[in-house]
Order: sequence, then C-alpha cells, then structure tokens
Amino acid sequence: MKHLDEYRDPHLAGKLIDKIKALSHRPVRLMEVCGTHTVSIFRSGIRSLLPPSITLLSGPGCPVCVTATEEIDKFIKLGQQKDTIVATFGDLVRVPGSSSSLQKERADGADIRVVYSTFDALDIARRNPSRTVVFLAVGFETTAPTIAAAVKETKKEGIGNFYIIPAHKIIPPAMEALLAGGELAIDGFICPGHVSVIIGADAYRPVADKYHIPCVVAGFEPVDILQTIYMLLSQIEEGKAIVEIQYRRAVNFTGNEKALALLSEVFETCDAPWRGLGTIPDSGLRLRDNYRALDIETKFDLTVPRTQDHPGCSCGDILRGVKTPLDCVLYRKVCTPSNPYGPCMVSTEGTCAAYYKYHD
Amino acid sequence: MCLAVPMQVLELKENTAVVDMGGTRKAVRLDAIDRPPTVGDYVIVHAGFAIHCIDEEEAKITLQYFEEIFADETSR
Ligand code: SF4
Ligand code: SF4
Repeated sequence: MKHLDEYRDPHLAGKLIDKIKALSHRPVRLMEVCGTHTVSIFRSGIRSLLPPSITLLSGPGCPVCVTATEEIDKFIKLGQQKDTIVATFGDLVRVPGSSSSLQKERADGADIRVVYSTFDALDIARRNPSRTVVFLAVGFETTAPTIAAAVKETKKEGIGNFYIIPAHKIIPPAMEALLAGGELAIDGFICPGHVSVIIGADAYRPVADKYHIPCVVAGFEPVDILQTIYMLLSQIEEGKAIVEIQYRRAVNFTGNEKALALLSEVFETCDAPWRGLGTIPDSGLRLRDNYRALDIETKFDLTVPRTQDHPGCSCGDILRGVKTPLDCVLYRKVCTPSNPYGPCMVSTEGTCAAYYKYHD
Repeated sequence: MCLAVPMQVLELKENTAVVDMGGTRKAVRLDAIDRPPTVGDYVIVHAGFAIHCIDEEEAKITLQYFEEIFADETSR
C-alpha cells in the first residue's frame, strides 16, 4: 500500500503546506462546495495549518441543508394525508419546518419510514398496495440518477401506488448564483468529489469561464485537499481560471454517461428554491411528461402557506458563506445536534454540525 | 447525506452486485454505474447504487478515510 502511505505521509502534507505558504502573496478566499469536504477540513485541522492569508469558506454543500423550509412544510403536509406512507433518507426527518418536523409528525401517528435506497421505498409500495407510498426525492446529482432508476422501474412494473416529490438540486447553477449575487468575493472553488463523478469536471467550465474563477475537483483526504488548495493558488498566481481535477482516481471531465442518460430520460431542469439562495433558474429537476404522473403533486394539493425560517437561525447566510456558525446567536446556546434549530445543525455534513463537533 | 463509499464486489447478478465493506455485505444496484464491474473490483456506492468503478489501490485510499471520518457517526 505504498500509495496509501503517501496520502497519509505527514512529510508530504508538510511539504505541501510549505509550498502553499511560498505561494501565498495575497489574501484569497476559497470555497468548498461539498459538505464532506467541510467535515474533512475541520477534522484534519487544515484551517489552522494554512497561512492566515487563506480563508476557507463553506458553501451550500449538503442536500439536506439546502432544502427550503417550504419544501419541508410540503413533506410534513404530505405526512398528514390519509393512507399515505412517506419514505425518506434519515437526515430529513429531524429538519424543522416552520411549525413541525417529520419526526414530530411521526410521533403524532404519521407513517414516516427511513430508507437507505429508493428501491427500499419501492419495496414498501409493493408490500402495501392499498396505500400511497411517496419518496421524498432530495439530493444532488449523485442521488438523482438513483431516483430516476426507481421511477423507471415503477413505470415498467406498473406499480400504481408509488410516487415521489421531486426536490432535487443541481450544483453548478448554485455556484453561479453565489457569484452572481456579488455579496461574496470568491477566488476559487474546491469542487465536490462525488457530484463530479456523475456530472464530470467539464460541468464547471461556465463558472470558470464566465466568472473567471479557478475550479479544482478534490478528493477527501487531507492531502487531497491540500493539493487542491495548492493547485488553486497556482492558478490564481498565474492569472488562470480553468477547471482541473485533483481527484483523478474517481473523476473525469465528461462524467458518468450512463447515469447522465438515466437522469435526462426521466428528469428535465426547472427552477428550484434553495435555502438561503432563493429560487435559482434551472437548478432543480422535475419529471418529464412521460413520467409526470408519478409526481405526487398531480394527485394531492400540497400547497403550503408562505413560510418563515426560525427567527435567529442563520442557516441561509451560512450556506451563502457570508456568516459562520459562530455569528449565529443560537449556536451552541440552544441549537445543538441533539436539539437542532436549522438543517445545518441536523445534517452530519452541515456546517454548524461540523463546527460543533470540531471547533473549540 | 450524499456520502459515497468504495466497496468491493463479491458477487454479480443481473442488475445487482453483492458488495462488502469491512465485513458488512449488501446488495447494490448497477443501473447507474459507468462501466460493468467484475468480481473483486471496487465500486463507489451511494444510496444503494454503484455509481463508479475504481481500481483497488485507489479505492483503499478513499475507503480508509471514510472509515475513519464516519466511524463514530450513527449509521444511516
Ligand atoms: S447554529 Fe443552529 S440556528 Fe444557528 S445557523 Fe446553525 S443550524 Fe441555524
Ligand atoms: S458528496 Fe455530495 S452530498 Fe455529500 S457533501 Fe459532497 S456534495 Fe454534498
């Protein structure tokens, strides 16, 4: 395992840090888009090793965190329908909506089941033919193809009681929205590893070209991230803004064709609401006409009143990188992982949860 | 939520593979994988689906990191 040792070699990490220091001549702000990177950066103490001229910002990198309150409220309303089973990934259950959460609804008798995969949800539908089973389809490009596969299978098998609420988000438009907002100066993006497995690094070209921002797709080891920072600094120094891949062992430029074909067969892009970022054009996915009948909103009216996030919760600002959890008045005082006020404290990859766990 | 970990392929059936990570076995779907794996290959698994086939050495680098980073998390 020579290779692995290299990734763990403190010597190599030390060398990279020296190289980074030698290259930092001016203040730069780099944003990691992916929540797994946030956790990795905190856990390995990378922030404290970098020269003070480099600021690492956490972006909107977790699907649970960016799910808007209005979407959570819809999920809750769905849970209240008669004869309905809601199937969901685990983290969502604890996210507070404007007045309840799926967890509270479950305590009040709603049938809400945590699944590991969309096919587990499909199994629930097969075993409960007299009930309506709805999967809460959240996730980025890594997850969306798995949901597309379940949707196709539902149609093929003629399963009549399985539906989804499409609430996916796609990443590059959110990166553009952050830049277009103009409230935040970003000098480089540490691009998500596993989203890029599917979409390929070319997907960031518009960000790099239009906004002249260097983009590097990174792996999850501390040495991966240090090397990525070094690559970004080199680009900044040379005045370049191109897309590069550090995480070559899993990512290429064109992505996973099969998954992308599955995605575009079942879904088309649409505008979507993001927590903290508002509605971003073409940043969500809805079912194509051919599959539209599987959208639960063709069957139930799930319109919810306009909602308010918990007053005091700064998740929106944190997801835009304009605040850190330390700037939130509720952080640690009342908002903790066991009693979260906002999604950034619920999700393991949420910025508030990462701060809580690793920041003293 | 979108954690994707490398697991080794033990068996292949039509559209599923039985994979292993540190003694935990499960069946994953192959609908969205970039190229068909053979037994012994490592695949990156996300939410019950294999999404990418990678070589062993490289898989182990990523795998060990995830084992450490999420060892103390509640299983999801
Ligand atoms: S600490 Fe809690 S209340 Fe504050 S922003 Fe984070 S999740 Fe929201
Ligand atoms: S791997 Fe995907 S979901 Fe997980 S933190 Fe990264 S971008 Fe977010």
